[in-house]
Amino acid sequence: MLVLAIDAAREPAISILFRGNNFVRLLGGLWVTIRISMISAVLSIPLGILFGIFMMRKNPAAKAVSRVYLDFIRIMPQLVLLFIVYFGTTRAFGINLSGELSAIIVFVLWGTAEMGDLVRGALSSIPKHQYESAAALGMTPMEINIYVIIPQTLRRLIPLAINLITRMIKTTSLIVLIGVVEVLKTGQQIIDANRFAFPTAALPIYGVIFFLYFFTCWPISLLAKYLEKRWKN
Amino acid sequence: MAEVQLSIKNLHKSYDRLDVLKGVDLDVHKGEVVVLLGPSGCGKSTLLRCINGLETINEGTITLDGEVISGKSQAEMSKYRQKIGMVFQSYDLFPHKNIIDNITMAPRKVQGRDRVSAEKEARDLLARVGLLDKEKAFPRMLSGGQKQRVAIVRALEMHPEMMLFDEVTAALDPEMVREVLDVMLELAGQGLTMLIVTHEMAFARAIADRIIFMDGGHIVEQSDPETFFTHPKTDRAKEFLENFEFVARKRKNDSV
Ligand SMILES: Nc1ncnc2c1ncn2[C@@H]1O[C@H](COP(=O)(O)OP(=O)(O)OP(=O)(O)O)[C@@H](O)[C@H]1O
Ligand SMILES: [Mg+2]
Repeated sequence: MLVLAIDAAREPAISILFRGNNFVRLLGGLWVTIRISMISAVLSIPLGILFGIFMMRKNPAAKAVSRVYLDFIRIMPQLVLLFIVYFGTTRAFGINLSGELSAIIVFVLWGTAEMGDLVRGALSSIPKHQYESAAALGMTPMEINIYVIIPQTLRRLIPLAINLITRMIKTTSLIVLIGVVEVLKTGQQIIDANRFAFPTAALPIYGVIFFLYFFTCWPISLLAKYLEKRWKN
Repeated sequence: MAEVQLSIKNLHKSYDRLDVLKGVDLDVHKGEVVVLLGPSGCGKSTLLRCINGLETINEGTITLDGEVISGKSQAEMSKYRQKIGMVFQSYDLFPHKNIIDNITMAPRKVQGRDRVSAEKEARDLLARVGLLDKEKAFPRMLSGGQKQRVAIVRALEMHPEMMLFDEVTAALDPEMVREVLDVMLELAGQGLTMLIVTHEMAFARAIADRIIFMDGGHIVEQSDPETFFTHPKTDRAKEFLENFEFVARKRKNDSV
């Protein structure tokens, strides 16, 4: 037993990745990260669009409600929101939400607020003249929206929305703290399990996690940059 | 005289508490070129915007070809707006579309015209204003004068019965004013009914069949351009024209 451990310790620490199914486990963790981000993004984007349109309303009550919601979500650290939803709901209502579900709830609340603000910004950046000159050409309000306003809004919005998704992916690293086993937690488990065989495993494992995050987010932000450049006018 | 195309009766328009138009009556005949003059803030833009329903009016009626077009919903108004082309002071092309698509969008989407014939007509019109080589360009690549010429072409492609021009050269650099005014002069020569707001006095005098002078929410004076510029009847018109002479003289002195 002792001999074996010494033997293993002589192996380079990086080889821990190829022990058993460690790398596949990390990929599985990454999948949890991506799944939570994507579900949250897919829900946040349509909800955010509705929220953004709601924020454009001139009604003072609508303005106040959306202001409070946006400020609340922005001021609260995401970790606090995660704790409130995960632990708070158990205490207050006796409901037991899984960590993953709590994470999705928090990310959707957050994503809806941020996306809504992006939509509001994009909509209000379209000058009034665009509506009027389209109307003067005989377009109906519906046609103006479809052919003039929405295409311009989307061009401004899509790069920003993509960046929001990368921010979401990065922020999922917080959900370790409510017990969700995602890529970071999987990495920690591997390090812990091999504490004696590979005492220096932390560096390669976190290094790999770094690259996993990087290669997930990098193409996404490249896409955002590309679209932004292409649609700049 | 030709038949009345546009008829405005007792038009009142106010913003909140500010009365801008206080009972305007105006008939525009088919093929007539009417130039609206008046001091800044007297309601010239407001009058044009009321005609094609961009502003809702408080009182009065607007009739186009014998059909009442005032007091309609936005959706209904879109039908009448196809007959009334309008070009604004600010360049208002659609930035996400190239020039030819800017021109053919409304004909295709609103009038259901097919792409090939809409584009062919657009090219003919672009050639007439000297911009045929810009059909694939985007608005951001054009100068102000070029954008305004495209805006005129875009309105013409809808085959309007009349055109409204609201200070279309006011935002242009001086050297680009001429190219836009020339296009308008050519249109006037072809018998298109036009209602023009401008601060270019020489142009007004050259193009107008009739000058309307507005002040304080009313039409104060109207006459043919020669009479208006040489023998204005009212003191307010005299004063208005003197101010312009002063500006012109001042410019001359500045440039010496
Ligand atoms: N949307 C609006 N809300 C409130 N007031 C307005 C609005 N549009 C115009 N006004 C006011 O109505 C009056 C007439 O404006 P209008 O733009 O019709 O003047 P104008 O004769 O076109 O002037 P200019 O020669 O400067 O373009 C001005 O006092 C202006 O401040
Ligand atoms: Mg004006």
